[in-house]
Amino acid sequence: MALVSDGAFVRDEWRRLADEESLPGSGKVIVSLGRLPAALDDARLGAVGVYVANTTDPKALAPFFGRLALIDIAFPAFTDGRGFSLARLLRREGFSGELRASGKLTPDQYLHAIGGGFDRIEIPDELAAHHGEANWAKARDARSLSYQRGIPGGASILERRRKGVA
Amino acid sequence: MTRPTGPQVLIASDLAEGDVVFLGAEGWERDLLRAKIAYDAAEAAALDAAGKADVAANRVVDAYLVDVEVSAAGAPTPLHFREKFRAAGPSVRRDLGKQAWLQGAGDSR
Amino acid sequence: MTAHDPALPPRPNAAPTIYAYDEYDRAFVRERVAEFRGQVERRLAGALSEDEFRPFRLMNGLYLQLHAYMLRVAIPYGALNSRQMRQLAYIADRWDKGYGHFTTRQNLQYNWPKLVDVPDILEALADVDMHAIQTSGNCIRNVTADHFAGVAADEIEDPRPTAEFLRQWSSAHAEFSFLPRKFKIAVSGAEHDRAAIKIHDIGLRIVTNAAGETGYEVIVGGGLGRSPFVGKVLREFLPRAELLAFLEAVLRVYNRFGRRDNKYKARIKILVHETGLDEIRSQVEAEFAAMDRAPFAYDAQEFARVAASFAPPPYEALPARSEALDKAKTENAEFAAFVAVNVAPHKTPGYAIVTVSLKPIGGIPGDATAAQMRALADAADTYGFGELRVSHEQNIILPHVKQDDLFALWRDLEAAALSTANAGLITDIISCPGLDYCSLATARSIPIAQAISERFADLERQRLIGKLGIKISGCINACGHHHIGAIGILGLEKKGVESYQITLGGDPTLSAAIGELLGPGVSAEEVPEVIESLVQFYLAERRDGEAFIDTWRRLGHKRFKESARREGEDGSGI
Repeated sequence: MALVSDGAFVRDEWRRLADEESLPGSGKVIVSLGRLPAALDDARLGAVGVYVANTTDPKALAPFFGRLALIDIAFPAFTDGRGFSLARLLRREGFSGELRASGKLTPDQYLHAIGGGFDRIEIPDELAAHHGEANWAKARDARSLSYQRGIPGGASILERRRKGVA
Repeated sequence: MTRPTGPQVLIASDLAEGDVVFLGAEGWERDLLRAKIAYDAAEAAALDAAGKADVAANRVVDAYLVDVEVSAAGAPTPLHFREKFRAAGPSVRRDLGKQAWLQGAGDSR
Repeated sequence: MTAHDPALPPRPNAAPTIYAYDEYDRAFVRERVAEFRGQVERRLAGALSEDEFRPFRLMNGLYLQLHAYMLRVAIPYGALNSRQMRQLAYIADRWDKGYGHFTTRQNLQYNWPKLVDVPDILEALADVDMHAIQTSGNCIRNVTADHFAGVAADEIEDPRPTAEFLRQWSSAHAEFSFLPRKFKIAVSGAEHDRAAIKIHDIGLRIVTNAAGETGYEVIVGGGLGRSPFVGKVLREFLPRAELLAFLEAVLRVYNRFGRRDNKYKARIKILVHETGLDEIRSQVEAEFAAMDRAPFAYDAQEFARVAASFAPPPYEALPARSEALDKAKTENAEFAAFVAVNVAPHKTPGYAIVTVSLKPIGGIPGDATAAQMRALADAADTYGFGELRVSHEQNIILPHVKQDDLFALWRDLEAAALSTANAGLITDIISCPGLDYCSLATARSIPIAQAISERFADLERQRLIGKLGIKISGCINACGHHHIGAIGILGLEKKGVESYQITLGGDPTLSAAIGELLGPGVSAEEVPEVIESLVQFYLAERRDGEAFIDTWRRLGHKRFKESARREGEDGSGI
């Protein structure tokens, strides 16, 4: 998988663990929700993240926020926008760690993801090769103006109207 | 179509222009009369494969096989009215689309 | 870089009567055009597959239809000025085939653009503060409103500022651009609902509460298509200041829980039906309560800025009755008929609302040539403060015409073949493009409209019949709104031939109702006969000048079915 961060491909410091893989002796791991309590209790690990379905109830994750460094939300299809709402709700519940969207997202969805509170996007390698880093960088700058308020990434149009900022 | 029961042609939409095209012997044609006709399953499969290749090559969109009947002179006509309309143009604007172009009026879309 | 009609006049100095874009609105649209230009280039170069491109193509209003691409231009709540109408004509001539089609959601469709030209077309639209943003796709669509907004005699409050706020809030919303399905909102601000709010995903009715505060009745889960539903009241009174936050809550619940497993069960109407209204209401209210309301804080200054755009034009002080009009009516019977049918009362004395019918006898409903668009722009400038509206009935409204000017206007409309005096009558048919254009269609709809129109061409007979809404859809998606036609016609296929089901009793107003099936489908040739027999039965049975829909309600569907069956005894398919 390739990781997009601020318009560029970056090396992923995290390791996603399938359920059948045992917890490693160190490092940052992302585990499934079922394994999360055990992983959080494992003092050897550097940091713990969780990968979840886009139908997950944010309240099911809230108890872990204090110790959870990363939440990875699956996008089963890039047209399935439930992850954008889940991200918004997780931020509202108070999650301040790294939020990832993972799936076959296209660069054209970059701003939707950032607007929802996502920090990074994880995509399959062949998709990363197909779209290329340049398109992700370009997409990040595609739109600078947003009508909606309270969106991460810059002042809304209304705020600019108030301040007279162009 | 997985089991063609009769003659077929391949229809698609040109990506850049959006108009209806048919796979001919040497590429995509705007005139149905120049479409290559598949008479058996093997020929239909070949047409289908060529269509898929050109979809992947971003020349056309939505390529699919269409059942036709073939006149004594070898002219194909789609069996279903939907593709009859696609081969001709809007029935309520005979001055537009392929039907007009084939009469010498208008462009080929 | 920008392409426009060289003869395009400069922006008028007079106060606008439609929403005036500011620099941010303009920059937003330009960014969107540039983004789409890049997406088209990547598509043509193969860097984007069709599957990857499609949602973004749709979010910019571009469909691939039977014969060509189709571009659906947004006309927010149907409001246009003459400059914009002229640009629409220019685009039709330059990049299309010299005409456009006005739709049942107050938009305009071009039927023949090339993909390669669409970025330039969008640029030309941006030159006149127009766009094609979100007129398709699984996102919030064009917010529609009463086409008599601001001028109707029965108005409580102008719905356009509300609609404009919703337009901005819903544009490129990061969270709600990948919904389970499309989402349509309509706003009404009058006693009579002319926006069909009860068949929208969200319908808003402007109301005042006992304390005299203005707010909205929120109706949810209306919709047509495969499973038609009349909307239900979600909230009886929502204070004005809470509108955007509340809708955000509705959309969040829909985005999270709307079905994504079946395209035909993905609208909010199905979610409401399957989950239950009470449960949906409590989910929405819970979300609304939990939300951070700060980003939605009511900004009085912004509301004033937006509302100012919709201030009334500088009306003259005129007497309520125009002598010139009275005189012209007595002198010209055809003109008198036009006034009786196509002119509605205006809230300002001495003025009138004119419906320009785009349903000429035997013509294609809703179509206008570029020349006609220019004629409409000229008429708006000469007689109507440069303002026009598109109604969801596929007609054009000139909302402010002096009664004194009606005769001169009518003459100008006649010259442009725009004077058909059939607004609301049996030949004012609503019809989708159907299988003549649309790749979703199962049958043609336009020829059916044409045949019925020709059958009932006689204007005197039409006036005798009175108000009768016929609506025709070429497939189950119901873009022709057949479910809410007093007579509805649905085009299907039976045994390889086009076949038409007829329904009766549909109603788009506040007494909304879905039509009931008359019988099995009939052939295209039989449709005018069936309509004829229904009309004759109605004329024979009506009392006290009641409209067709009222006679149907009084007598019941069974009586109409029986009357139609008697007509069918000679072997036709009813």
